[in-house]
Amino acid sequence: MATATAQPDERLATTGPVARLLKRPEIGALIAALVVFLFFALTTETFATPAGASTWLQTSSTIGIMAVAVALLMIGGEFDLSAGVMTGFTGLTVGVLTTHWGLNIWVAIVVALVLALAVGALNGFMVMKTGLPSFIVTLGTFFVLQGIDLALVKLIIGQVAIQGMSNVPFYAQPQKIFGSTFSVGGATIHVSVLWWIAVTIIASWVLMRTRAGNWIFAVGGAQSASRQVGVPVFRTKIGLFMTTAFAGWLVGMLVLFRTSTVQSNTGIGQEFIYIICAVVGGCLLTGGYGSAIGAALGALIYGMVNQGIPYSGWDSNWLKAVLGVMLLGACLINNWVRKRAENAR
Amino acid sequence: MNRFRLFGVVAAATLALTACSGTGQDDDGASGNKGDFTYAVITHSSAGDAFWDRVKSGTEQAGDDYGVTVQYDSDPDPAGQSQKIDGAVADKVDGIVVSMANPDGLETSIKAAVAAGIPVVTINSGVDRFQEFGAITHVGQSETIAGQAVGQRLKDEGLSNVVCVIQEAGNVGLEERCKAVGETLGGKVENLQVDGTDDAAVQASITSKLQADSSIDGVLTLGGQYAIDAVGAVEQAGSAAKVATFDLSEDVITNVQDGKILFAVDQQPYVQGYLGVTTLYLKDLNGNDVGGGQPVNSGPAFVTQENADDVLEFAKNGTR
Repeated sequence: MATATAQPDERLATTGPVARLLKRPEIGALIAALVVFLFFALTTETFATPAGASTWLQTSSTIGIMAVAVALLMIGGEFDLSAGVMTGFTGLTVGVLTTHWGLNIWVAIVVALVLALAVGALNGFMVMKTGLPSFIVTLGTFFVLQGIDLALVKLIIGQVAIQGMSNVPFYAQPQKIFGSTFSVGGATIHVSVLWWIAVTIIASWVLMRTRAGNWIFAVGGAQSASRQVGVPVFRTKIGLFMTTAFAGWLVGMLVLFRTSTVQSNTGIGQEFIYIICAVVGGCLLTGGYGSAIGAALGALIYGMVNQGIPYSGWDSNWLKAVLGVMLLGACLINNWVRKRAENAR
Repeated sequence: MNRFRLFGVVAAATLALTACSGTGQDDDGASGNKGDFTYAVITHSSAGDAFWDRVKSGTEQAGDDYGVTVQYDSDPDPAGQSQKIDGAVADKVDGIVVSMANPDGLETSIKAAVAAGIPVVTINSGVDRFQEFGAITHVGQSETIAGQAVGQRLKDEGLSNVVCVIQEAGNVGLEERCKAVGETLGGKVENLQVDGTDDAAVQASITSKLQADSSIDGVLTLGGQYAIDAVGAVEQAGSAAKVATFDLSEDVITNVQDGKILFAVDQQPYVQGYLGVTTLYLKDLNGNDVGGGQPVNSGPAFVTQENADDVLEFAKNGTR
């Protein structure tokens, strides 16, 4: 707290640039990401090569897109457990519509987007109208979608995975947008990495620079208070659920056009990874605090650990255990840095 | 003071890192050195699956026997599995063993590995597409041949209404098996989807299925542990249905001895892992083409009451 007597209001007190930087939610994740990177770069030969980097960037990118959207929703005070299975749902929708019913591929992509947004809106509507926790509502959606992905798909195409996607007319067009690769300095970069960066920048801009961003922080921090000062709580929350649904659609397309197939079990269990990445990136489980770039960094940590373990030659049976320890470690660093920063105010 | 020391560490680490990333690309260090090979085994198994643990044991035993490094990894999601293949290619391994449960999903990555000059062997599933992708051979049991053999055997036992229990959603190979069983059985084969990660739930699902339809006279499971669930379910439902299964375990063999399980189809996962690595090793060491471009069969071998005693001994070692 400033000692200067000339300060009229302590809220206007200036802080040094270092302290200001340390107060950002994502700073812990940034440090953790550097530690993880240095660790694997120093202990394995391949990790820091262009070819190695392209593999962990690819893993991070699809997780990262979802983590950023989930982070926005968490800042707004809600969860979406249907986010993981949504990626499979949209991919399967496009696959079934095109390979089985011969629908134009672009139309199918739009239909999948509309369906995804409708499910997102329904999630938000039910949470707001029923007053049930979003944890419960989206858990329900999660199971419904999981069932549809298996039962309905099997019923329609008689299989549990999309076959022959690459023979669909005009496949090459969306494949360029969602599934292509390009070369940078000897590394083959998947286009999903660009999507990831774009989504992170847009989400950061919305959060930090727009009125909608203020609304998101407000509804997550104090819902009834923000309603009283005129924040459109209903619209904001529904918009947030639709945002995660949109991200689920985007990742569904990225997976479908990278691998030219999607299975009925795609995305199941991933929703927890997104939440973990958002938390590692500085989001509070209670809402009202967090950042988009932090979630992107959380996904980067996840991707690096996920690929770093095979590069280290460790027994893959330990992967989940190591992952858990490293993620907890990242959270602890995160907390520690934030506390120090807040004390240093 | 502290801060400067930290800065020094970071600076040193950064320098070391630059040095490191420089050497990584120089050479693969393996070619020419007899026996000094590194192989990546990347399967579609979920962690903790008893069948795939035997595959893993097979690859590790081969690695020990030949003095080569074997890195085993797995991911049931084809996108994740293909990323691990990309990782192995970036790591410049000397060969890749991969199970192709979903060929479409792995096509790009396997072709990239082949294009990078890394020999690829497919195991377990993928017999129909391995040549197309440029893999040197396939070691496994044809789902169709095995399924048809099972269907014929069930028919010989006089069964006509069989439930085929699928424990893993999204596995194309399992679906193929059930279909092939139906081709030779000549009766009714109905698929039953269960949650393979929860044995209690599996048993309950089969029980209710048997209770709901008393004309069911056979339960076919596609994994050893689920046969035990099925035996429990038959008892619980008071049904007269016979149980048969793919894949072995100690418990399965004991149940075969006791006559509670009709027979078990052994596709010999240990062989798939061991031969997968062997094929790569012979290719790198001696330029051999095992199978000569044709798939190599690891099974099916039937375990019945007659030969169960012999097999039990090996199953106890976790190798059959």
